[in-house]
Amino acid sequence: MSNVVTMKLQPPKTETTGGTAPAVQLSIRGLNFFYGRFHALKDVSLDIYRERVTAFIGPSGCGKSTLLRTFNRMYALYPEQRAEGEVLLDGNNLLGADVDLNDLRARVGMVFQKATPFPMSIYENVAFGVRLHEELTRAQTDDRVEWALRKAALWDEVKGKLQQSGMSLSGGQQQRLCIARGIAVRPEILLLDEPTSALDPISTGRIEELIHDLKQEFTIVIVTHNMQQAARVSDYTAYMYLGELIEFGGTDDLFIKPKIKATEDYITGRFG
Amino acid sequence: MNLRQRRRLTNRIALGLSLAAMSFGLFWLCWILYTVFDLGLSGLSLDLFTRMTPPPGSSGGLANAIVGSLLLVGLATSIGTPIGILAGIYLAEYGQRTPLGVATRFINDILLSAPSIVIGLFVYAACVAPMGKFSALAGIFALALIVIPVVVRTTENMLRLIPSSLREAAFALGAPKWIVIMRVTIRSAKAGVVTGVLLAVARIAGETAPLLFTALSNQFWSLDLREPMANLPVTIFKFAMSPFADWQALAWAGVFLITMSVLALNVVARVFFREATKS
Amino acid sequence: MQVDMVGADGLPIGAGASRPGPEITQVGAVTDRLKKYPTRKRRSSFLGDLVFFNVTRLFAALVLLMLGGIIASLVYGAWPAIERFGIAFLVHSDWNPPAERFGALIPIYGTLVTSAIALFIAVPVSFGIALFLTELSPAWLRRPLGIAIELLAGIPSIVYGMWGLLVFAPIMSQYVQPVMTAALGQIPVVGGLFRGPPLGIGLLTAGIILGIMVIPFVASVMRDVFEVTPRLLKESAYGLGATTWEVVWRIVLPYTKVGVIGGIVLGLGRALGETMAVTFLIGNNNVLNTISLYAPGNSITSALANEFAEAGEGVYSAALIELGLILFFITFVVLTLSKLLLLRLGQQEGSRT
Repeated sequence: MSNVVTMKLQPPKTETTGGTAPAVQLSIRGLNFFYGRFHALKDVSLDIYRERVTAFIGPSGCGKSTLLRTFNRMYALYPEQRAEGEVLLDGNNLLGADVDLNDLRARVGMVFQKATPFPMSIYENVAFGVRLHEELTRAQTDDRVEWALRKAALWDEVKGKLQQSGMSLSGGQQQRLCIARGIAVRPEILLLDEPTSALDPISTGRIEELIHDLKQEFTIVIVTHNMQQAARVSDYTAYMYLGELIEFGGTDDLFIKPKIKATEDYITGRFG
Repeated sequence: MNLRQRRRLTNRIALGLSLAAMSFGLFWLCWILYTVFDLGLSGLSLDLFTRMTPPPGSSGGLANAIVGSLLLVGLATSIGTPIGILAGIYLAEYGQRTPLGVATRFINDILLSAPSIVIGLFVYAACVAPMGKFSALAGIFALALIVIPVVVRTTENMLRLIPSSLREAAFALGAPKWIVIMRVTIRSAKAGVVTGVLLAVARIAGETAPLLFTALSNQFWSLDLREPMANLPVTIFKFAMSPFADWQALAWAGVFLITMSVLALNVVARVFFREATKS
Repeated sequence: MQVDMVGADGLPIGAGASRPGPEITQVGAVTDRLKKYPTRKRRSSFLGDLVFFNVTRLFAALVLLMLGGIIASLVYGAWPAIERFGIAFLVHSDWNPPAERFGALIPIYGTLVTSAIALFIAVPVSFGIALFLTELSPAWLRRPLGIAIELLAGIPSIVYGMWGLLVFAPIMSQYVQPVMTAALGQIPVVGGLFRGPPLGIGLLTAGIILGIMVIPFVASVMRDVFEVTPRLLKESAYGLGATTWEVVWRIVLPYTKVGVIGGIVLGLGRALGETMAVTFLIGNNNVLNTISLYAPGNSITSALANEFAEAGEGVYSAALIELGLILFFITFVVLTLSKLLLLRLGQQEGSRT
């Protein structure tokens, strides 16, 4: 059980556990974002590496959630929000007009801050996304649901009550259900928007362990206002302030030897 | 009397008056309900449900009126509810700011408060006059026109209450908009929408005016939708305004039936809503 | 992106792919099974969305059309009368079916007077009820009392009408009206309103019953808006030593005035359009020769209810339909004015409507 209160110091990590050099999966170039006339993201450029965990940190209002939500074009639901620039997934610009949003969201999944179980059974919740995109037999769907729930470390707790409503679970369990739901469609990238900010410390710890397991198979981008969490779970960290990307680098480098004074100020708690 | 005493006195008087107002409202409620029970209960008998409306001077029941009302209300609800729900979905999910949405919302409010007798007149002009006769179909049409704005309003309000995070979670899985609405949003708002329908039914169950010029009434037993159809409210109207004692007794019995049904529907709707939104 | 991305193992990446990782222990068997079925669905949801969007849009447009249809058919039906009598229809008071001379003044007068009486009774009483429910009532009593008031709204209007005619009107005639004449009838100006034969039925009785009918609507709106007044606002007033009455009158009411006005307009709309209760009690008399409220009269709704069936074709029914059009127009104007007022009040306070 990880100690959720102290900041873990790790030896500098330049290579992954698998020994392969990290490949770029998502490439953001010159991204600008507007809420109406408000310029929320200013010329952001960075890379997200395959099968690594990247964290966005910064004080509230700095644009980290905004940035995250451009990756699955969630902002497209709201007409007054718009993005300009390039977000390249394996070479193709996600922000292009010809992109099929439903397909995109099957490849780039998201888990939200507030657990949002659908008003259906646990099984149906997990199967929901799968059924949208794939034609599986009942047996295959059962397998997929079991797989997703196991990966989300929820299977043992719910395997006897899959037909019960998703809303009958506790807060931490509901969030893990949402994670299971998100990974059941086998996305390439999983976006986590402050996934533990509404949870108690024990549930938070379990989900952090989960992230550590999940990154073997999925690329993870996590937004968190909790610096210690970013230090614990991520391989790369981006520090944002007032819509700008201030610094981006390996987590250990950024936390131990930040290159920019503003970053250092934030990390040492001098403000924010 | 100094300022403080005056303020205290004003306060006391005001609060006393508010208690009086509360009692005033309760007083009428109790008196009316008591009368309905007193005069209506005694008219209850098996005959009421098995025999037809009689000519003045002989005995009978309200069977054809009861059945007619059930038919009219049931069909009007079945027609009005889907239209209302779909329009409500449009207003809440697609039309928050579009011109059509703004206009429809405004018009819906007007129709909601429109006098039901005007609706009856409209259906008369649109259906009865061209067809040349009163009919149950016209009555159903008129009642449906009253159901629709109620259902539109409650559906829209209930959908608006669903937090956007739930919708976003469904979109984030790649669901197309119509699936998000039908399988997630509406499902979450189910309890409220059903309550709205129940309340609409309670509303039209007691409506007389729209039926006066459309379905009119029928002394005999008829299930033909193209003919005038007997119904409780118009029958009560006719019987109550008449000088005949047995007709008046039947009218009280009918009043009892309608009042109890409407109140029961209101209570059921409330309880259902509480239970369904508890989990 | 319509391109299928293929990974190193020849299987599609994205939904349906599986990449073995170091922790395959229990999941191994499941993952192996998954590898055998690349089952990516290529489905266009565009059609589903398009159909659904247009269907809902159609039904919303239907609601719009309903209004247009109502106005159009009413105008069409009333045309013979509009043509014949023109604008004078609104101010003439003869209502003479055999001679085919019609004037809407009496029904309009009846409608307006009864609605005014109704609001005169309903607004203060509803305010008192809302005040009681939010500030005075013990917590356990609140819901039952609230439900009781709402039950008043549920009682069908025909019940009010019948009860009013057979139970209330005789009491008015025997006890209340004589007392009122004695007490108020001698006052110089307003006394004229309370003089005359105590018939029981008439404008006053109809107005009173209408008021009782309208109370639950206005009261529940007021109660709802009083309840959502921020507690902090009230506490800061109490903290300055204000009495309960002062808090409600000087803080809560101004804060909620938008909702309160909305509730009153709702009640007004209800009163204007009410048919059955008024028909039973207003006396059905098309002559206007006194300002007394005891006089029987007619409202637009009662005229329609009583006379439409026998009107037959021709100018008589057209005149009645024109009455209906006038009523609809009045309700429309009242509602639009209230919405504009609400809009203006909202803007003044800088809040979103």
